[in-house]
Amino acid sequence: MTTTNQPTLREQVEDFLFREAALLDDWLLDDWVDLFTEDARYVVPTTDLPDGDPKRDLVFIDDDITRLRARAVRLNSRHAHREYPWSRTRRFISNVRVRETGNGELSVNSNVLVYRFRAGEGAPYVGSVDYVLRRDGKDFKIAHRRAVLDMEALSWHGAVSIIF
Amino acid sequence: MEIKDLIIDDRQRGIFRVHRSSMTSDDLFQREREQIFSRCWIYLGHESEVENPGDYRRRTVAGRPLFFARGRDGQVRVFLNSCPHRGALICRRDAGNTDVLQCFYHAWSFNTNGELIGVPDQEAYGPNFDRDELGLKEPPRVESYRGFYFVNFNPYAEDLVTYLAGAREYLDLIVDQAEEGMRMVAGSNKYTMKANWKLLVENSLDGYHLVPTHQTYLDYISGLGSDDSGQTASSRIVGKARALGNGHCVIESPVRSGRPIAHWHPLFGEEAREPIARVRQRLVDKYGEERTFRMADTSRNLIIYPNLVINDIMAITVRYFEPLAPDNMEVTAWHLAPREESESMLATRLDSFLTFLGPGGFATPDDVEALESCQIGFRATETQWSDISRGMLRPAKSTDELQMRGFWRQWHANMQGLSHTNVQDAPVEETEAALVLADD
Repeated sequence: MTTTNQPTLREQVEDFLFREAALLDDWLLDDWVDLFTEDARYVVPTTDLPDGDPKRDLVFIDDDITRLRARAVRLNSRHAHREYPWSRTRRFISNVRVRETGNGELSVNSNVLVYRFRAGEGAPYVGSVDYVLRRDGKDFKIAHRRAVLDMEALSWHGAVSIIF
Repeated sequence: MEIKDLIIDDRQRGIFRVHRSSMTSDDLFQREREQIFSRCWIYLGHESEVENPGDYRRRTVAGRPLFFARGRDGQVRVFLNSCPHRGALICRRDAGNTDVLQCFYHAWSFNTNGELIGVPDQEAYGPNFDRDELGLKEPPRVESYRGFYFVNFNPYAEDLVTYLAGAREYLDLIVDQAEEGMRMVAGSNKYTMKANWKLLVENSLDGYHLVPTHQTYLDYISGLGSDDSGQTASSRIVGKARALGNGHCVIESPVRSGRPIAHWHPLFGEEAREPIARVRQRLVDKYGEERTFRMADTSRNLIIYPNLVINDIMAITVRYFEPLAPDNMEVTAWHLAPREESESMLATRLDSFLTFLGPGGFATPDDVEALESCQIGFRATETQWSDISRGMLRPAKSTDELQMRGFWRQWHANMQGLSHTNVQDAPVEETEAALVLADD
């Protein structure tokens, strides 16, 4: 029996997701946007229609790279009032599943728990995030990121004011 | 403090103030439930949400659990969501399609016409047990206007069209944009704000806050090179404010960016230019240049008193809010779109919606923050009054507050047990050449 120090594919992906989570918790949003491909999409469906298609249905967020960059600019400014001062967040990523889909792409699913604290209150965002990751040398890039909330409504936060 | 003293309305001196207890008091909140939400027409839903026979939707309206369903006969009916037997919820899903709704508690069954069609072990009841008396109860009044369904818990209320007063014309202006009628796009934005519901009425019609609160949105739009108005931030948003009677109010402004109906904009892309031109031509052919100008080249934020907002801006959002407590409300927002719209134009419309609207957009989160911030500020009870005097002594612009006064005056009358009042400011001479709208 041989042992190896080579990380498994899932470990590589987990490292990537943990790094992404740290960037978001540290509010390093420019670095976070750099994780995306130029043709990327970031989608958050509504709570009542988790299978919603942004081309046809109302969703919370449907960003191409232009709007994603603008979202980072906005959140980095002092004028995104819901997030200025910034909330404190802590992300927990688990239950990571990875499937190779060919063409150097991976289909990834993870469970996500984000605690957000601000203005004397704290509450979680809970859900799962589906990714399409593309290999980029030894690293990955995000080609698609679809974050599905489990809550029935935005009952505590009143908005998706952070990146979920 | 007496209710009559909650508002200072000095029309001659141009002073209008609202006492902040109107947004914090439990007693006044209860009184609103009785005097406003049990007496006014309250929005329930849109006909397109129950498109097919058997379709149903569950809602909470004015505190009551309700659902509405389209019967096999094609008729839309609204029911109180409570079993006539012992009270359990009959409809326990938000939406679906069925022929039979069965109460899970004792298994009484009802059809989508509300008739009681099944009672297990019915022989146990005496001879006077009458199924016909035990069908699902309906709200005292249900009426619709152009696809929008409203309920009223006052059996003696005036009819819906009379109630809508001047708001009816604005509903027409929105619905007439569609050739084959409007529909609600699937998916809704449901979120709460820890703020009094009347703050969202004010905010939904507040042209004054746009530039300071939504700077990041305006920066984003101008960064895309999409603000082709050539005007400065403060001058370009001029429009008009109107109180439409019965508490309904509107601000109407020249468009700032594109409108899917029917004002093309570079942000929409070249491929959208031709379809939008065709829509515009259809409107001109049907309604003439003047009405088309209003439909396509102006936008409007409309409040249907007390708690329905229709913002016909870069897209059309229908926003309903249910007061939960003096400092809490649940908001549900939908996206209204013409039925006939092509796949690509719908995609353009959806995209246009998301830049500004919704709790994941570039503006709504900051409104949530603003309203919650006000509500927390109200805890400083030594600051007793909110000032809503802006534009009171001039022809009101969309950045003024006449529309909020129109709402508050109706609220004040209702709270004193009056159903009608004069909601207008004192007359002022129309001298401002800056008001560019063509409607009057």
